[in-house]
Amino acid sequence: MTIGDAGALSGAGTGGTVLEVRDLRVRIAARHGTVRAVDGVSLEVARGEAVGLVGESGSGKSMTLRAILGVLPPEAKVTSGQILLDGVDLVPLSNSDLNRIRGPKISMIFQEPMSALNPVMRVGYQIAEGPRVHLGYSKAQAAERALELMRRVGIPDPERRFRAYPHEFSGGMRQRVMIAIALSCEPEIILCDEPTTALDVTIQDQILRLLASLCRESGVSLIFVTHDLPVVAQLCQRVAVMYGGELVERGHVHDVLLDPRHPYTLGLVRSAPDVEYVRESLVPIPGSPPSLVSPPSGCRFHPRCAFVEQDCRVQPTPLRELPGGRYTACLHYERCEEALADRIRP
Amino acid sequence: MSAISADGLMAVERQVAPRSVRRWYRQPALAFGVVLLGLIVIAAVLGPLLSPYNPITQNLGQTLLGPSAHHLVGTDQLGRDTFTRLLYGLRNDLRIAFLAVVSPFCIGVVLGSISGYFGGWVDAVIMRLVDIVVAFPFYVLVIALVFVLGPGQRSIYIAITLVGWVSYARIIRSEILVAKRQDYVLAAQSGGLSAVRIMARHLLPNVVSQAIIYGMSDIVQDILAIVALGYFGLGIPPPTPDLGSMINDGQNFMTTHWQLTTFPGLVVVLVGLSLSLIGDGLADIIRPGQA
Amino acid sequence: MTFVFQRLLMLIPVAIGVTIVVFFMIHLIPGDPASTILGIHATPKAVAFLHHEWGLDRPLVSQYWLFMDRLVHGNLGQSLYYSAPAASIIATRIPATLWLLVYAVILAIAISVPLAMIAASRKDGVRDHVVRAVPLVGLGMPPFWLAILLIYAFAITVHWFPTSGYGAGFFGHLHSMFLPALVVAIALAPVVIRALRASMLNVLGAEYITTAKSKGVPAPRLFLRHVLRNAVIPAVTVLGINIGFLIGGTVIIENVFAIPGIGQLMISSIFQRDFPVVQGVTLVFGVLVVMVNLLADLSYAALDPRVRFDR
Repeated sequence: MTIGDAGALSGAGTGGTVLEVRDLRVRIAARHGTVRAVDGVSLEVARGEAVGLVGESGSGKSMTLRAILGVLPPEAKVTSGQILLDGVDLVPLSNSDLNRIRGPKISMIFQEPMSALNPVMRVGYQIAEGPRVHLGYSKAQAAERALELMRRVGIPDPERRFRAYPHEFSGGMRQRVMIAIALSCEPEIILCDEPTTALDVTIQDQILRLLASLCRESGVSLIFVTHDLPVVAQLCQRVAVMYGGELVERGHVHDVLLDPRHPYTLGLVRSAPDVEYVRESLVPIPGSPPSLVSPPSGCRFHPRCAFVEQDCRVQPTPLRELPGGRYTACLHYERCEEALADRIRP
Repeated sequence: MSAISADGLMAVERQVAPRSVRRWYRQPALAFGVVLLGLIVIAAVLGPLLSPYNPITQNLGQTLLGPSAHHLVGTDQLGRDTFTRLLYGLRNDLRIAFLAVVSPFCIGVVLGSISGYFGGWVDAVIMRLVDIVVAFPFYVLVIALVFVLGPGQRSIYIAITLVGWVSYARIIRSEILVAKRQDYVLAAQSGGLSAVRIMARHLLPNVVSQAIIYGMSDIVQDILAIVALGYFGLGIPPPTPDLGSMINDGQNFMTTHWQLTTFPGLVVVLVGLSLSLIGDGLADIIRPGQA
Repeated sequence: MTFVFQRLLMLIPVAIGVTIVVFFMIHLIPGDPASTILGIHATPKAVAFLHHEWGLDRPLVSQYWLFMDRLVHGNLGQSLYYSAPAASIIATRIPATLWLLVYAVILAIAISVPLAMIAASRKDGVRDHVVRAVPLVGLGMPPFWLAILLIYAFAITVHWFPTSGYGAGFFGHLHSMFLPALVVAIALAPVVIRALRASMLNVLGAEYITTAKSKGVPAPRLFLRHVLRNAVIPAVTVLGINIGFLIGGTVIIENVFAIPGIGQLMISSIFQRDFPVVQGVTLVFGVLVVMVNLLADLSYAALDPRVRFDR
């Protein structure tokens, strides 16, 4: 899969905003200080659209997802911002209110299906649990629905597999079970927290195709968190890039990955292997991720940036809109264009 | 720092701090336990000095007196000062309990090391032995053994030794099973060191801490067993003061002189509390984060 | 099924070992066992009779053989005190002890689960520390002392419960055995609370709980079907390990509450120097522990499907 086919699988969004996140901030209480895990993230997801959220480990992407669903670890709290699902702000809602929307409106898929599934509960029951709790299905109805879902996500021999336990499945199959669970109450949006990272490449491809077809056929929106750029290219229409708890770039997948407007994105693209472009060598990003307790002043990326200038060290860097529906946080984004021009060789 | 939400942030996950930071006296529970045990031991050791009365001589003209300035906790049914008897009883029982742990500890550690290190049929035999001993309830076996051997201190030591070694053996064995795969053991083996040397000098110092922690709770168990034996008249023969027999003697006077039965029990509870605190505190220092 | 079979197979050496230990009890007695047992009743005739009865004049192995032969036929010897077969005396006493045990386990679970839950729900909070203090005090408490206090409080001061005895009929048992079972339960609870709390904390931090939350599973169902269901597994193991104590505790409690079970039989036989009965009861205790351990192992397999398929 090349970048050129970006978003081809999932098709375009069909209008209307399902989820809008405004200036979300999440703080974590840690022994050595307060961690600013998510520091002012805003994004929008349209109906039927797949949005990628990329960044390295610790950039805050998983925390963002968990904040949206309200399943943050106990030390973490949303300290400001709004999360609007169909116009309703989720932040002030109580846990029991949130429970009513988890499942029917919004659900989540996790990275490690072995630890994300209850080891002592039969798989079929885990899938059926959602409809029983939220849609008021009887045991038999819910079982029927579970079988139907299992078929839809491509689990062979569902009648027999219904009564199996998670440890009896392979990694890819378990992930399909997770997807079935996520779909069980027909949500409007599914949050995906690196669901393919733990799988090997062939299985990864299958799962991505599955997700894409679901997106297309049922109009379910996706937020897909990953550190793996080609995956985003394969599945998503738009992408947001996170660094050090902040958003540094946002836009359509084609634009952001082929023509980045932020040095960090440029670095990511350069460090991902891609056979389309002839390069002398893979260029890793020098330095290490910033401390989230006391992040660098000004632009958080400045200590590692090849194009750093004086104002980068002091000036705040909010996302600014560029022509063509793109956003970047970089004060000197033109430098990326210049760098790319050198890059393309026949 | 920007403003943090007013409803506060919840308690944090415990982080592992380097050993130098976790001073034992900084842990309130452990410190309290050590202090308490210290007081108890001092009371036991100084017992004879703390009270002018003789714990054994009967004084039938002064039976069953209530607490007063002369007798802090009153007297018992044979006119003996209860406070004195508490001190002496504590002294005796504590001494026996502390001594009684030594043999099971040594035997259990040795057998457990052999079992864990060598494995194979040696391990199988020792573990079957463990299973057999464990098949009997602790109290049942101790009581039966004391019965068979005749009541008295010697029988108590023998009985506890025969029954108590198994827990140490198990603990040390599982620690060694893990530890012997470590690199430093491989290094010692390839250096041609004998098995005994490896076990004694290299493995044991690293694993014995778990046994010591267990030892704390074992002492508590032994005290309870000694006190139980005393209660049934199978322990130290009267008139030597013993907390268990004091509880037994006092129970008939529960309605009128509740202190005769209650106080000996409270003493045992306090001893148990202090030892448990110390055991837990040590466990926290050595393996932090485990509840 | 193979799991069960394997477990049973492993019991055989232990069972044999148990019989050997019990057999050897005679030979631990200093001096001549027969005269020591008989004490002041040690007439030459009585001593000779016992020697013959127990085969003390024969070589050790054939003594053991004699012992096992009788055992297999359900003959545990003749009680010196009651002049009746030890086996039948013991058999009449077993139900009371079983009652006590089951009742105690149920009460222990009833006490421990809520407390562990309270502690685990807010780790390191005030309630957590209070609950954690309970085992510290409880572990050091002599059960018979607690029994005396409870009898005083609930049976003498207020007549809610009888001070002793087994009671008659199902509800009679339920009533009379409440205090004794409670004492054993309190003795057992500290260990169970600790284990449950630790495993609950473990489970609460697990990914699949987050999944369940993200499914919108409401709190009661989340707790029962997801948290508790997983948390009990290690706790059952701990309970199994401590069964020995549980059963041993009955010896003491039965005596304080005068319950006609095998524990009380043991103590009274000790004082009556009724050696065959003491031996027989010890054997029964051993068998009981082994069986309860088996039960615990089986429950563990029933609760944790991962274990079943592992070979």
